Amino acid sequence: MSQTAVQDRPAPVPPSPKSPLSSRALPRWAPVGFAAASIALGCGLGALAGWESRTQWGLVSALFFVLISYTVTSAVENKRQAKDRLATSVVWVCFILAVVPLLSLIWVTVSRGIKVLDTYFLTHSMAGVPGFEAGGGVYHAIIGTLEQVGLATVISVPIGLLTAVYLVEYGKGALAKAVTFFVDVMTGIPSIVAGLFILSIMLMFQLSPSGLMGALALAILMIPVVVRSTEEMLKLVPNELREAALALGVPKWRTIVKVVVPTALGGITTGVMLAVARIAGETAPIMLLVFGSQLINANPFEGAQSSLPFYIWEQYRVGSEASYDRAWAAALVLIAFVMLLNLVARGIARWKAPKTGR
Amino acid sequence: MAKRIDVSGLTAYYSAHKAIEDISMTVEPRSVTAFIGPSGCGKSTFLRTLNRMHEVTPGGRVEGKVMLDDENLYGSNVDPVAVRRTVGMVFQRPNPFPTMSIFDNVAAGLRLNGSYKKNQLADVVEKSLRGANLWNEVKDRLNKPGSGLSGGQQQRLCIARAIAVEPEVLLMDEPCSALDPISTLAIEDLIGELKERFTIVIVTHNMQQAARVSDRTAFFNLAAVGQPGRLIEIDETERIFANPSVQATEDYISGRFG
Repeated sequence: MSQTAVQDRPAPVPPSPKSPLSSRALPRWAPVGFAAASIALGCGLGALAGWESRTQWGLVSALFFVLISYTVTSAVENKRQAKDRLATSVVWVCFILAVVPLLSLIWVTVSRGIKVLDTYFLTHSMAGVPGFEAGGGVYHAIIGTLEQVGLATVISVPIGLLTAVYLVEYGKGALAKAVTFFVDVMTGIPSIVAGLFILSIMLMFQLSPSGLMGALALAILMIPVVVRSTEEMLKLVPNELREAALALGVPKWRTIVKVVVPTALGGITTGVMLAVARIAGETAPIMLLVFGSQLINANPFEGAQSSLPFYIWEQYRVGSEASYDRAWAAALVLIAFVMLLNLVARGIARWKAPKTGR
Repeated sequence: MAKRIDVSGLTAYYSAHKAIEDISMTVEPRSVTAFIGPSGCGKSTFLRTLNRMHEVTPGGRVEGKVMLDDENLYGSNVDPVAVRRTVGMVFQRPNPFPTMSIFDNVAAGLRLNGSYKKNQLADVVEKSLRGANLWNEVKDRLNKPGSGLSGGQQQRLCIARAIAVEPEVLLMDEPCSALDPISTLAIEDLIGELKERFTIVIVTHNMQQAARVSDRTAFFNLAAVGQPGRLIEIDETERIFANPSVQATEDYISGRFG
């Protein structure tokens, strides 16, 4: 048996240099080798020249990585492979440059925020806690954020969804163009301007600050995002499905409600969740319109509330060791909240996505 | 069931472009009428005017009369939605609703129209799937998504969906052009059965198919690119293929042009 196995082994064919289909190739681990070499070079150069900033070391290493990949590949393989490797390594470098700040942000927030983050912190407000002392919690801010963001979502999702349906399914001519234009303009509104707009209305009608006022400003920021993402998703629904439904004698509005929107629902949900994530971190309108509070106020329609971004800003402003800890912990809670929303959105998108059923 | 279609002086436009001009013909009930002709000659456009799907396309507009028995489909009080319930359509590419199961796809027409009794739904679905020769293949997985079926099965699912609403007329726009020969054969057999109950109009690029399945054949042509398509002649299929009265028809069928 062992004999046959030996016989079966193909004789190694030396790659003939004249073959038009094969040529010299770098081993598969070459990119890893390039990376190791360039990091060593970058760090060595940094240490020798005595550069303070580690960022500088990293950037030099990245530059070395791109250069080494290109030169070595063009020497060993050929020009086309070298260009391929150049593009690949640039993509990798950009990816790492994009991910490093994100990871370091998460690392810093988690490592500093975890100190005071416990169930006490999550279930108590700052009532009666002097800002510079330890203790207190974030409960009132969580309630505020949930209620304001929830209200803003309830206001903006129907408006945004219906606007997008109008633009994709019915809109033509001047009105649709105008709507598209103003949605684009709204996308660029800074949050403080949205806050001031609602503030002017609030002063005009002599209303007092409340969660609802903040939610209105947040809705102004959220509507264009919802419209845009929903519009793109509805455009992706194949026209054949609309025609199939219409040809069955289904009225247009039922076609939209029962066929078009369900087909796009996964994408629409993702868009809404991303819009929610975007407004959950807004501070400016909250400062102007919700006023901030140390106490638990579960009623968003009356009286000042707090919110997570506002709480972070407030705690940072106090400037004591304990308040810094609280600010970081609240930041961690906010990040976790947004991340949870994203996970939920992905879950819904996967659950609702058109199935292949194999 | 099964009504006669009488078209007279029908002209259809896409915005300013005239796609077909002055078409008049009669489609007999309980028979298969095939439309043949080169690409762009307006066969599909004409087919879509028969259930007012043409006007779904932005800029689509029609002049002339389409009589379904005694009623003009383009009369002033006619509801296009009601027309499409009476005149069903199967498209070139299978297009089951991706969010719905096989059962829901077949039930879609009834459910979305809101005109059904709950306890009848299962019977209608089974009857339609049997009518489309698909029941035996899918009866154990009615709750699986329709997009998991093969192309030929999907097309038969679409036919089942179309006949579930009990139309009088069934329009088919190249229903086999995306299918392999075996699925095509299955659909052709099905057309032969369906014509007992429905008036069927089929657009096809496959002349053997027209010869196999149809009782009457209409030949469409256009004078030149950019000119509107016209009906050249319509006759018994046997005569069109054996002894057409217009030279252009014979040239097209024998492959001398187009």
